[in-house]
Amino acid sequence: MPAEALGSKSFNMGSWLAWGAAGALVLALPLLFRQGFALTLLSQMGIMVIFALSYNMLLGQGGMLSFGHAVYSGLGAYFAIHALNLIGKGVLALPVSLLPLVGGLAGALFGVLFGWVTTKKSGTTFAMISLGIGEMVAACSLMLPGFFGGEGGITANRQAGPPVLGITYGPAVQVYYLIAVWTFLATAAMFALTRTPLGRIANAVRDNPERAEFVGYDTHVVRFLQLVLASFFAGVAGGLSAINFEIVTAEAVGVMRSGGVLLATFIGGVGFFFGPILGAVIFTFFVVAISAMTKAWLLYLGLFFIAMVLFAPGGVASLLALNLSAARAGLLGRLAPAYAASAAAGLAALAGFVALVEMIYHLKLEAVNDPVLRLFGLTLDVRAAAPWVGAAIVLLAGSALYWLAWKRVRARWNEVHERLGERGA
Amino acid sequence: MEFFLVTALNGASYGLLLFMLCSGLTLIFSMMGVLNFAHASFYMLGAYFAFSISARIGFWPALALAPLAVGAIGMLVERYGLRAVHRYGHVAELLFTFGLAYLIEELVHLVWGRLPVDYRIPPELDGPLFTVYGTSFPIYRGFMMLVSVAMLAALYLALTRTRVGLVIQAALTHPHMVEALGHNVPRVFMLVFGGGAALAGLAGVIGGNAFVTEPGMAALVGAIVFVVVVVGGLGSLAGAFVASLLIGCLQTFSVALDWSIAGALAHLGVKLPAGSFLAELAGITVAQAAPVLPFLLMVLVLVFRPRGLLGTRD
Repeated sequence: MPAEALGSKSFNMGSWLAWGAAGALVLALPLLFRQGFALTLLSQMGIMVIFALSYNMLLGQGGMLSFGHAVYSGLGAYFAIHALNLIGKGVLALPVSLLPLVGGLAGALFGVLFGWVTTKKSGTTFAMISLGIGEMVAACSLMLPGFFGGEGGITANRQAGPPVLGITYGPAVQVYYLIAVWTFLATAAMFALTRTPLGRIANAVRDNPERAEFVGYDTHVVRFLQLVLASFFAGVAGGLSAINFEIVTAEAVGVMRSGGVLLATFIGGVGFFFGPILGAVIFTFFVVAISAMTKAWLLYLGLFFIAMVLFAPGGVASLLALNLSAARAGLLGRLAPAYAASAAAGLAALAGFVALVEMIYHLKLEAVNDPVLRLFGLTLDVRAAAPWVGAAIVLLAGSALYWLAWKRVRARWNEVHERLGERGA
Repeated sequence: MEFFLVTALNGASYGLLLFMLCSGLTLIFSMMGVLNFAHASFYMLGAYFAFSISARIGFWPALALAPLAVGAIGMLVERYGLRAVHRYGHVAELLFTFGLAYLIEELVHLVWGRLPVDYRIPPELDGPLFTVYGTSFPIYRGFMMLVSVAMLAALYLALTRTRVGLVIQAALTHPHMVEALGHNVPRVFMLVFGGGAALAGLAGVIGGNAFVTEPGMAALVGAIVFVVVVVGGLGSLAGAFVASLLIGCLQTFSVALDWSIAGALAHLGVKLPAGSFLAELAGITVAQAAPVLPFLLMVLVLVFRPRGLLGTRD
């Protein structure tokens, strides 16, 4: 792994530039995308970024595979929405902008409550116990309708209390900026945490708990603190989602959400700090944008996830980092032709595959009303044989070409590896 | 007495079904270290395959064919999926099965639709077997118990009396030694994974029509089977058996009881202020709390006895 990935390089000018550019991009995005849909998408991405980063504090930095992280974000969301209702009633004098803090504190509180018993051991025991706690809280949500709102959930109005600095949260763009600011602050805070002694020791506990104990650290305490901090940020994400949607339902603490954040984080890459950010963006894009385009989005997401597990277990971030190291050495030019060929072949294969899947879904779900499917600007009659044969040919030919092109990519990579090795030596 | 006997019988038949599901999971987990999140998906596939097969050639062929098909799928999954991610470690293996569970559910949606399918008990097994205190016990429940016990016996004999069984037993505790002795451990893994999937499929065949065959059925039992494996103790088939019966009885008894803390307090003459959070909490009946109890048990076991009831390792 390159030195930057471990974060051992000092915080230099380049890092400031990267953070500044990210901040400027976040501020400028609403100017580029003015439609309501883009703002919704961006807002949800921001929330997911915090959630996935907080999850990676457990999985990537602490080596704790959790199946119940939605417990902390969901309970944070519930506390935030109850607080929002109290603000609306005039009982609580708190600007809505600070509401995520309520969610975060609630998340941390439950982190303290559940954390001590769950973090005794890492590994399978932790995974199982987090699953148990996740299921327990999800089941409780239907048992206590007073707090969880039963089937309908709890609703609120975010235009509550007197406006502070003229911010009412009526227009969606104000909510976007609230989420953007919180996302930026939370990301910076979580990044800073990786550079504290606690963040470092958490890595040590992940890699070799026995040695960390011999050095004199209590691994249980380290894991506990890491979990409480992660729960805080998960709660912040929950509080933001409460403001964004103005409703919190039992799904917020549900098993699906715990699984979703695991998917997002893993797709992005657990070995890098910025990995979960990429993962959150990709995952939200699937959940919000692709789900609006096709009914097969869960199939695509599942296949994409499995493909990542099988072929790139380091996530998207590891692929980027790998190519970045080649680019730094000026060797990306050698790879580019092979990449272009395999990308073209891969896209063709993908188009054939997507066409087949879409036709299957269309045949199963809508062919009774309308046998014609519109895809990629084509009109395909799913009752006729020609589109099926055509799609299959495109898929097979694309796959075959991809296989050939990929062999070239591998050969080129072997060369690049040798060069990199020479330079490193 | 009547309530107790009938509920105990129902609990036992449910527990035996759970054991059929969990025996494969325990074997897979203790041998390969893989927490198979897709195990309940194999159960669901068993039920759907049985539905499709029995609609064409009847229930009895389905009873044999559906588990075989599921077992074959299990072997393919092990050979071409799990074995490929094995080198990335246990987390990757676990995530692979996690993704697979998503995928199988989506495929079931696609092939059989989102609504429950009409998978029924065959007519020759429909009806009461005997009557206890005026409550009849269905033949099918008896059939479920019979199949489970037959499977238990077959599994026991296969593990203790056959050569493969002995290798499996040895690989449970000393996989590296077994490999060093020249046995093809990857092939044993594939057999165990396929066998475990087939057992889950069999549980699906006989459980699918006793309960409901729908796309959510995997998620419904998915977490419970982990509870059984953890409570019973990792690597212990006997522990899984005891825990299955325990959880089966716990679930069937708890849904039938309407005791609550508020009720107990009312007997003692204590009344909580109405409408308060405390009153809501105390007013929860055991039946309402039933879905939580297995997970509470699992968390308690993990906290106080991480090796489980009969497990030998932590």
